[in-house]
This record gives sequence, C-alpha cells and structure tokens, in this order.
Amino acid sequence: MSLVKKHKKLETNVALLLIGMLVTVIIGGLVEIIPLFTIQSTIEKVQGMRPYTPLELAGRNIYIKEGCYNCHSQMIRPFRDEVERYGHYSLAAESKYDHPFQWGSKRTGPDLARVGGKYSNEWHVRHLIDPREVVPGSIMPSYAHLMRPLKYDDIGDHLRTLRIVGVPYTDEDIANAKADLEAQADPDADSSGLIARYADARQSNVRVDNFGGTSQITEMDALVAYLQMLGTLVDFSTFDASQAQR
Amino acid sequence: MDLQALSEFFRSLWGLWLMILFLGIVAYAFWPRNKDRLERYGDMPLRDDDDEERR
Amino acid sequence: MTQATMAHGAQRAAAPVYYEDVIKKFVLAATFWGIVGFLAGVYIAFQLAYPVLNLGLEWTSFGRLRPVHTSAVIFAFGGNVLIGTSFYVVQRTCRASLFGGRGLANFIFWGYQLFIVLAALSYVLGYTDGKEYAEPEWIVDLWLTIVWVAYITAFVGTLLKREEPHIYVANWFYLGFMVTVAMLHLGNNLAVPVSLFGMKSYGLFSGVQDALIQWWYGHNAVGFFLTAGFLGIMYYFIPKRANRPVYSYRLSIVHFWALIFLYIWAGPHHLHYTALPDWAQTLGMTFSVMLWMPSWGGMINGLMTLSGAWDKLRTDPVMRFLVTAVAFYGMATFEGPMMSIKSVNSLSHYTDWTVGHVHSGALGWVAFISFGALYYLVPVLWKRKSLYSMRLVSLHFWIATLGILLYITAMWISGIMQGLMWRAYDEYGFLQYSFIETVEAMHPYYVIRGIGGVLFLAGALVMVYNFFRTIRGDVRKEAPYETTAAVAARG
Repeated sequence: MSLVKKHKKLETNVALLLIGMLVTVIIGGLVEIIPLFTIQSTIEKVQGMRPYTPLELAGRNIYIKEGCYNCHSQMIRPFRDEVERYGHYSLAAESKYDHPFQWGSKRTGPDLARVGGKYSNEWHVRHLIDPREVVPGSIMPSYAHLMRPLKYDDIGDHLRTLRIVGVPYTDEDIANAKADLEAQADPDADSSGLIARYADARQSNVRVDNFGGTSQITEMDALVAYLQMLGTLVDFSTFDASQAQR
Repeated sequence: MDLQALSEFFRSLWGLWLMILFLGIVAYAFWPRNKDRLERYGDMPLRDDDDEERR
Repeated sequence: MTQATMAHGAQRAAAPVYYEDVIKKFVLAATFWGIVGFLAGVYIAFQLAYPVLNLGLEWTSFGRLRPVHTSAVIFAFGGNVLIGTSFYVVQRTCRASLFGGRGLANFIFWGYQLFIVLAALSYVLGYTDGKEYAEPEWIVDLWLTIVWVAYITAFVGTLLKREEPHIYVANWFYLGFMVTVAMLHLGNNLAVPVSLFGMKSYGLFSGVQDALIQWWYGHNAVGFFLTAGFLGIMYYFIPKRANRPVYSYRLSIVHFWALIFLYIWAGPHHLHYTALPDWAQTLGMTFSVMLWMPSWGGMINGLMTLSGAWDKLRTDPVMRFLVTAVAFYGMATFEGPMMSIKSVNSLSHYTDWTVGHVHSGALGWVAFISFGALYYLVPVLWKRKSLYSMRLVSLHFWIATLGILLYITAMWISGIMQGLMWRAYDEYGFLQYSFIETVEAMHPYYVIRGIGGVLFLAGALVMVYNFFRTIRGDVRKEAPYETTAAVAARG
C-alpha cells in the first residue's frame, strides 16, 4: 500500500506535513473564491450605480470608524418581511465600489441598506446627537462628537487610492475632490461640476444639501450625506430581476 | 493560464481530491498492520517524565 | 549499579533543557488579557441593556469597544494560551528545546503583546479596517505578520530538531492553526494605504468578493484559531492530566485531515440569502453540515479518553474543566451545522442566536479548555507541589458554568424571539412590530446575559487569586478530593 508508506513519511517529515496542510486549505479557498471574480453573473447589470462622491466617501469612513457595522447590517435579504420593512432586496451591484463591504452580521439596530431618503436631514442629526430624544427606546450611543469640523484635506488621496484598488475615479474626479466635497455640503454653492461628474440623467442620485445643519462642514455633514445616499443609487424602474439571474 | 481556466481546472478536481484524501487517510489510519504502531504514538505525552506527578 | 541503570542515567543526563521562562510569561499574559477581555465583554453587554454606559464619549461607544472585546478574548487571551501551550507541548513531545532559544522566544512574546496593545489602542481611537475580527489597520497587520513568521519559525524549528521520530498529533493541530491563520491573515488584509504615514488603507477587494473573503477569513478564524489550535491543547492536556493515552490515536489522524479539509469551505454560511451567488451559499452549507462529523469524531476521542476513569471528573476539578470544554465543543459543533442550514439561518441570522452560539463555543469550549490547561501549567512551570486550592478550582468551575448557562439561554430566547418578531404579521397583513419594539423586547435578556458575563468574570478572578497564591508557594488547608481507593492505597 504505497499510500500508507506515503503517510508514514508525511507524519515524520515536517515539510511534507506542511505542504499537505497547505494544499488542503488552499484548494478549498481557491475553488470557492476564484469563480466569484470570473463568473460574469456574480454582479448584476444595473443602471445608476456610481462611485461615492467625496463627501459620501468621507461619511462612509466615519461610519466605519465608529464601528456602525457592529450593530447595523446593509444587506436586505429577499424575504417578504424584509422587503416590506426595508425595501427592495440588496443587489451585489450595489456594493461593488465598497472597500470594505459593510453588509454586517448583526441587527442590534435596523438594516441601513436603504435608509437613504427615509428620514429628513434634521431627523438624522438629532438622532445621532441624542438617539433617545427621537426614538425613546433606542439603545444607540450618542454621536454628538460628530459636530466637529471634518478633516478632508487629503480626500483626493483617498480617491486616488481607491482607484488603485479598482474604483473608476477619473483624474478629474481626483483633482476636484476637495471642491466637490465642499460643493455637496453647501446648497448655495455652484455644484454643476459635482453633478456633471457624478450624477446620471436622473440627477436625483446626487443630493446637495446642508446635511449637518451648521455653517461649517462637519463630520455630521459627511455621515448624513452618506446615510441619505444609501440604497438610492440603482434605478429600479429599469431593473429586471429575471435578467439578473444569479 | 488565466483565472477562469485555473478555477475550472480546480473545480473539476476538488471532488476527486476530497475522496482520495479522505479514503486514503481512513485506510491508512485503520489499516490493521498500522494499529499497534499508531496507538503507541498515543503514549508520547505520557513519557515526558520528570515533574509530572505534581497535581 | 547495573549497566542498564547507568545507561539509563546517562540518557537522562542528556535530556533536553526545556525553555520554560517564556511559557510562564505567556501564561501570565493569557490570564491578564483574559480578565481584560471578559471585563470588556461584560461592559459592552451592559451598554446594550443601559445605553447610558456609552458615556457619551467617542472612545467608549459600543461600536469602538466591541472590537476591543472580541480581539482581547480571541487574539489576546486565546492567542497567548495557544502560543504558550504550543511551546510547552512542542518541546515536550519532541524532547527538544525551543528553537531560537531565549532571544526568539522573547521577541515573539513581546512582539505579540505589542500587537495586542496597538490593536486595542487603534480601535478606541477609531482606526479600523471595518471587517469583523480583522479590524487592525495595515501597519498593525504588518507587525503581526512579522511576529507570526517568527512564531512559525520557532515552532517548526523545534519540530525539525526533535528527538522523537514521530510528530505527535497535537503538533499537527498547532501547525495547521498557525499556517492557516497566516494564510487567512494575509489574504483578508491585502490593502493599499492612503499614505505611508497614515493608518487608513483601502482593501483590495470590494462588495460581494470582499464579503466572501472576509467570511472565508472569519469562519476559518473560528475553525483554525479557535478550534484547531485548541484541539492541540485537548490532544495533549487531556491525556496528560488523565495519565492515559488518547482514546484512539488513529481516529485523531482522521479527525485532523477531515477537519482542516472541511472547515476551509464553510465560510459562505455567514452569507446566506445575501447577494452572494446561490452556488456559493449551497457549497458553504453542504460543507458546514458535513463538518459535524469530524467535529463529533474529535469530541468522542476527547471524551472517551476518560473511559474507565470517569471518577476523575469528581475528584479532579481541572479535569472537569477540560472535559466539560469538550462537551461544549460537541454542543457548539452540533448547533453550528444546524444554523448553517439555510431555512434555520433565515431565522437565526442577524439575531442574538448567533451571538449565543459563538459564546457557547467561546466560553464553553475555548475558555474552559484554556482554564484547564492553565491550571495544569501553573504548578508545573513554577515548580510547586500543587495548586493553592482545588476547592477554588471547583468554585470557579461552577460559577463559570452557571454564567455560561445564563448567557446562552438568554441569547437563545432573545435571538429566536427577535427573529420571529421581525417576520410577524398582524391580522390585516401588516408587519406586526416596528423595529424599536423588537429592541425594547430584548432588554430583560440583555440584563440576564450581562449577569451571566459577570459570573464568568468572577470565576476568572477566583482563578487569578488561585494562581497568585500558587505562585507564592501557598497551599490552602482544605479537604482533598480523593477517591476512597486512593486513600486506601496510600494506607
């Protein structure tokens, strides 16, 4: 029994034991993960997806920094109750620019995949500053510290780094990142450049507003801009589930 | 070889790999002739003597 | 003196000197970080019951402290136990002193503690990758990689210079743990930093691919860090403590290969009904269900080692920790495959049921087998006749067990209730509960869970006291646990 002899050798030879283990664990990973990159149907073809605007990206980084994913998911499953509670089930395409993904694993608080547009900016700001003022039974921490000024001098570097990992920002996007960030947070500013770079024909998929409600650009502005965008990009009027078979 | 070809290559192999690995290991481990030798290895931790009596 | 005994004596003189100083350090560090991790867990558990405990400060909010808790218990407590015990086991079963000696060992020890401190500080300050259990940013990741390479070098180096021809199976599990964790760590943390002097980086993968790679990492952190590594402890310390060989060495070989082969596939069960393609979900579910078999094979192997010596459970509280751990392992590895079935998962996912499941594994299996190993090691390493008090070990056991039972029962109830409330419809066909109503309904269970955590922490503090007195060289005057047979034999 040659196999027997082989194993006998394997269990007395560290290098062989190591190789045996590595082959075993690597094959499993490769077979499971590689097709996800190669099979075209993994990510649906949809209308309206775009990379984050600089302000939304800054807000998303605050979402990550504060560990929001520990309590909030961003992945609506295709069940009747979830679709009625949160909206259309989440598509793979909707997180294709997400580095990292923030699907989450726990709903201590509600899913946020489509929270965009459901509440007013003012509601979000008040809720983040003092959750129990707006939702008496809430167990969410207070995020009053987000009213401090946003640091965004290096926002262009963020876009450039994201381009390296595959997000299709143009040179123009990167060069204008700082101006675009400021334009989106100020409804009185000229936001035509921002709209031209990020909006599609609907124009509704880029929202310009004073999100945080103060004259400064705060972390609150960025986070609320991000929340107000969540789940609103894909144009579901043109989405055909049967065409997006997975 | 691109990723697609590589993944197809591995996908055609993994089932076979599972069977060979598992049956091979089981056959090896439970081959009657190996019994005494393998079970003797189980004594290894008990042979390291010195100060093990203290509890 | 006969020739035989002279030869024996010469052989004994040539016996290797085991390097144990660093193991002592790992034992102390594990104990320290265990308390820190349990304390952090208790604190964030009560934050969910009483949000005022977030203190309104950015550094103490649940979102920043939860990674501190998970990293402290998994990587700081669990990691120190694993590295420390692996150095102990590999030297003893190879009959060789630790490769790299004092210098390398101390680098690994201090390097690993530095990693822990850097990770914890960075979470509190808000630097995070945003991926569960892989939160450290790129600089900290790089540092861990260096330490980990040193660790593998010391371990494999010791294996290479061993006196025994065969590599004992506990070392296979340790080796599987360390090389797979290295692979997972590198694979899941591939990232491009925004600047060389900043902490922020962006991961190489996005969206659905990032999700699968994260849970390939996440589930195998469970499979290889929290399972394979601790099975290494089981395969050495249970036979050692029981003073009898493992029930079936042959079964342990099958256990090892089947476990590492099946585990690596199971990750997608964390992504059921998400935007991950169905084929990957089904693949993950299939392997997760199959995983039940090697898991129970291992459990049987651990438990049956005591067959014919069951009275040790009564007379040796340390043994009770080790064996109860294996029983919890069996329970958690039955519950896990069940929860990976898609229809069950549709209810359990996103709820506290998952949290309860994790803790039956983490508290019942990982922590209990660690406590057993630590209780074994402290008197041996510090060359004391015995532990300060066996009665206190028993007290620790019962407090901790009660704590676990409160914890997992509360989470079962709250998890299933949550899942059912989310999908409940009223007579008019509307969703019956708003989300906030489901949050409010959890309150009593969060309080009970917190109390369970307090008990578990209290038990660990009893252990700290016991260690302190043991190391000081004290022995408590107390009625010993002895069988009538042992008393009679001693006359």
